[in-house]
Amino acid sequence: MGEGWAEMTLLVVQALNGLQLGLLLFLIAAGLTLVFGVMDVINLAHGVQYMLGAYLAVTFAALAGSFWLGLLLAVVASGAIGLALEWLVIRHLYARDHLAQVLATFGLILTVNEAVRVLWGSAPLQLAMPEALSGSFELMDGLRYPVYRVALIGAGLLVAAGLGLIVARTRTGMLIRAGASNAPMVSALGVDIGRLFARVFGAGAMLAGFAGAMAAPLVSVEPGMGDNLLILAFVVIVIGGIGAIRGAFVAALLVGLLDTLGRSLATDGVKLLLSGPAASRVGPALASMLIYLAMAAVLAVRPAGLFPTARA
Amino acid sequence: MRFVLGALALCLAAATASAEPVKVGLVGVLTGPQATLGQQVRDGFMLGMDQLGGKFAGQPAEITVIDDEMKPDGAVAKVRGYLEREHAPIIVGPTFSNIMAAIAKPTLEGGAILISPNAGSTAFAGKSCSPDIFVTSFPNDGPHAAMGKVAQDRGYKRVFLLAPNYQAGRDATAGFKRFYKGEVVDEAYVPLATLDFQAEIAKIAAAKPDAVFAFMPGGLGVNLVKQYRQAGLARIPFLSAFTVDESTLPAQRDAALGFLSAADWAPNLDNPANKAFVAAFEKKYDYVPGLYAAHGYDTAMLLDAALRATGGKTDKAALRAALEKADFTSVRGPFRFGTNHYPVQDYWLAEVVKRPDGKYQTEAREKILTADVDPYAAECKMPK
Repeated sequence: MGEGWAEMTLLVVQALNGLQLGLLLFLIAAGLTLVFGVMDVINLAHGVQYMLGAYLAVTFAALAGSFWLGLLLAVVASGAIGLALEWLVIRHLYARDHLAQVLATFGLILTVNEAVRVLWGSAPLQLAMPEALSGSFELMDGLRYPVYRVALIGAGLLVAAGLGLIVARTRTGMLIRAGASNAPMVSALGVDIGRLFARVFGAGAMLAGFAGAMAAPLVSVEPGMGDNLLILAFVVIVIGGIGAIRGAFVAALLVGLLDTLGRSLATDGVKLLLSGPAASRVGPALASMLIYLAMAAVLAVRPAGLFPTARA
Repeated sequence: MRFVLGALALCLAAATASAEPVKVGLVGVLTGPQATLGQQVRDGFMLGMDQLGGKFAGQPAEITVIDDEMKPDGAVAKVRGYLEREHAPIIVGPTFSNIMAAIAKPTLEGGAILISPNAGSTAFAGKSCSPDIFVTSFPNDGPHAAMGKVAQDRGYKRVFLLAPNYQAGRDATAGFKRFYKGEVVDEAYVPLATLDFQAEIAKIAAAKPDAVFAFMPGGLGVNLVKQYRQAGLARIPFLSAFTVDESTLPAQRDAALGFLSAADWAPNLDNPANKAFVAAFEKKYDYVPGLYAAHGYDTAMLLDAALRATGGKTDKAALRAALEKADFTSVRGPFRFGTNHYPVQDYWLAEVVKRPDGKYQTEAREKILTADVDPYAAECKMPK
């Protein structure tokens, strides 16, 4: 096994890492794309719902003494908070333009971030992995891969399959698809569009909360932790096509892979063209631009995203 | 009537001017993701004020806490407004260098002396040094350089460097290389918003270095340390600065055990002033202080000593001369100011441990540098 074999292994490992990041992104982007696509609401507060999921999981897991119970309670509570937010704030924005929605939900970001700081403090918190998944296995020479990350991949795939089934096969899914292409018509046909919207928003909040709770053992739980992910999630739904679950899935994997492979290969790639110090400047800059370049490229070729929803 | 009352109030104010409190603006970031560090500095400073009975040199002190929110424009407006209203002679702050760059000018223009308990831009240590700027922490790259010395002394032949992709990250790796002359296998610069370090971790595993040097402040450090440990890389020595300290250990916990950090202070430094400080701090705030809190506390004590020397006068020249003497007992042990008004102090190699009471802290293990004079001091031509 020579140099080439080691390089190949590293590449495969990085692809796996990209897949896992992509699935985490999918969990967040799925709710965002539904809310945007079905309700035509730009919900910037989606990132703080992810953060709340993580904080709730930390708190409930400590109270209940079990990761799993904590996860369950956090997801339920996230959904409840989502419904409350919909009732208090989002509901009043349906008839408003996107600017009003952006302003109001941006206000939510500031409020919830500070509320979290007041309640939990500004120092980062942590959540231990569940005992059953705390093991790891040798992925390549000297590198272990936590079983928990495999579980995260599994959870992401399950949610993707479940959402795909719901959207494609159930009555609710039919209404969601119909709502995404023409909400006033759905309403005119006698469907209580208000209830549908509330359910979609609640489901989106649950998904974000689930993503936050699942990510909590891997990342630092701190105020503002969702803000950066929100930007990535928007990139995902724009690439995927707004309102499309399948688009969100494909785009999330694409962004995850591009980002991870970019970070691992960009500097070395640039080194082929430039000297060492210059490459170490250009490489990381290029790597962080990569997903946005991809978004621009997709938009140039397919302005409505990879899997556009038919809009009336 | 109102006019008469107002005139009366003015007269009273003039009559009591001699007993006017010493006004200090305490600037730091208290909201937003970086708030932990600003709060530590504030808590340390306020503990010092508590122990001084709320007085400097026996005169009542009036501390105004100003949250800079990590916004340079907002910080400038707040500092300028505060100085215009209160004519305070001293600004203590801020937490981060970008804010320092912003508020230095308005502070000096407002007639005050700037004492930074944390931010230590290398610019103000060198060419842009000023008689009215003091820094009680270190030049930003001080701990990085110290950690480079550790890597050099331990004979690590190949080191992997990891830092965020912004100026302070570049400064960190440059600082590390001041004393480290071995091979740098790779320098990975990650976005400031990095959540998942799997890409870098796989690269480290493939490169098999003798040691890793990381500068990953705040939440970045929490993510990296957890994921580094989960990937089974902890057998590779983890050298760092501002990555495993008391501000992040409550979230890193066991994952950080045995990881190394370079600093000018650690809670276990063996001197009476420090023992008293740490005990009083934990009693009052119920968390383990980090070096940020220690710097805040030292700054309060420095101010008290300087005002004692001037007899309570806040006349700029006298105050400056008294500050330069730094005639106080630092919790760091030996402390004096260099010609550039930055500390000449020792650096320690600290290791993360779990205390018997279940809390985590860094513990100084060995002295890396003694009475270290930073290289920027040579470029500082201090105007008289």
